[in-house]
Amino acid sequence: MIVKLFMYLEYPFVRYAIIVGVLIALCSSLLGVTLVLKRFSYIGDGLSHVAFGAMAIATVLKLTNQMVLILPVTILCAVVLLRTGQNAKIKGDAAIAMISVGALAFGYMLMNVFSTSSNLTGDVCSTLFGSTSILTLTKWEVWLCIALSVVVVITFALLYNKIFAVTFDEDFAKAVGTNADAYNLVIAVVIAVIIVLAMNLVGSLLISALVIFPALSAMRLFNSFRKVTLFSAAFSVVCALLGLFISILWGTPVGSTIVTVDVFAFFLCWMVGACLGGIKR
Amino acid sequence: MALITVKELSLGYDNIEIANNINFSVSQGDYLCIVGENGSGKTTLMKTLLGLKDPLRGQILTGDGLMKNGIGYLPQHTDVQKDFPASVKEIVLSGCQSHCGFKPFYSRKDKELANENMEKMGITHLKGRSYRQLSGGQQQRILLARALCATRKILLLDEPVSGLDPEATYEMYRLIEKLNKENVAVIMISHDIDSALAYATHVLHMGSDVFFGTRAEYLESRLGKRYLETLGGGEIA
Repeated sequence: MIVKLFMYLEYPFVRYAIIVGVLIALCSSLLGVTLVLKRFSYIGDGLSHVAFGAMAIATVLKLTNQMVLILPVTILCAVVLLRTGQNAKIKGDAAIAMISVGALAFGYMLMNVFSTSSNLTGDVCSTLFGSTSILTLTKWEVWLCIALSVVVVITFALLYNKIFAVTFDEDFAKAVGTNADAYNLVIAVVIAVIIVLAMNLVGSLLISALVIFPALSAMRLFNSFRKVTLFSAAFSVVCALLGLFISILWGTPVGSTIVTVDVFAFFLCWMVGACLGGIKR
Repeated sequence: MALITVKELSLGYDNIEIANNINFSVSQGDYLCIVGENGSGKTTLMKTLLGLKDPLRGQILTGDGLMKNGIGYLPQHTDVQKDFPASVKEIVLSGCQSHCGFKPFYSRKDKELANENMEKMGITHLKGRSYRQLSGGQQQRILLARALCATRKILLLDEPVSGLDPEATYEMYRLIEKLNKENVAVIMISHDIDSALAYATHVLHMGSDVFFGTRAEYLESRLGKRYLETLGGGEIA
């Protein structure tokens, strides 16, 4: 089995997939903790649908470099969602639902009307579930992914204390002069970047899983923000690697395999947490 | 000069006024208690003082070396905090964020200040514990230590004893009193009028009539007498 794995690793597209997969898993888990705690778990889903819509437009316009359109549109929506989240007129969850469903419908309609391929359902399915796209990455996309991940990780490390303060108690942070709105904006932009990155790996529909599971699993086991953040990063990377190897060896779809591994690992953490908690009490 | 002077302040949401003509000032060492029925704008006043909301009209002046971000704030609990994985140390340290500016990390001085304030609140032994597993009284002391990291001059307390059992409530009042004796000005919103009046030096009564004065003046005033009577708590005068 190991021999077979090393044989596959000879292929550049497999190596690309592993590099990109691990980086995305790392980035998405970093902000997952904040998102789950801020009750923004579903923003991942909402934004990924927006990214899907943008991708449909890019496909129809026959853009060779789809990122150029997808990234700005998703960032814009992340910012808009965050603004509406603070505005009481349309509450956060309703706004997310609205944009998400709208973008999904719009994207599917565009792809249907201006269909360029004969296998439309297959195309849509692979964009949503990311079944093949991670194995068709170009060198340019891999470098872009590496660069953006580095930016995300550095941003997160530098803003770690501020993110904690703003997430734990936004009013207090504002009262002592921290510009909470600005940091929320940065968080939104970073999330948008991560989601666009993650679309290549797990596809639109499964991005939420990559954001939520590491955070929830870590919260079962650890009690400080630092430990939860570190553990969820490690959890996410290990699960992604495991999922990738399984899917390479047995030919299962990459995205759903990773998420399945995440789900199992979550239940494991849950049980361990319950046992440890039971002993402590 | 007073730390905070409020002149002709009107409060409200979306241009609907909920309280107007509020005038008061707080100086070093004062203990101001804000009382009034629900919906009279107490929390809105607090948020306006903190700069979280803009006033409809009027002015809030700070003086005596108090910066706008130099106010220590003890907010009410939020939903988010119920299951938030954070250690006591991390939370208290986050009170130092105003000293950081654009620096990404806390300095050694910040950490010392956090330790000092944990000591002061008697929570040093809880340092590594998780916030969500502690009792209401312990949580309030943690948030108070955090507020102290942000200020040396003035504390704003929003219902500091709500949801606490009698012992923890007494403990909390005693801590606040101790801080007040150390020359920290206190502004406190409270429903617990008896105890609040037992410690306060000044009272701001909000509602259709606004009253501001010392505790003695309030107990003598028509407004104060009526309010205490409806609450059945006149015996402390």
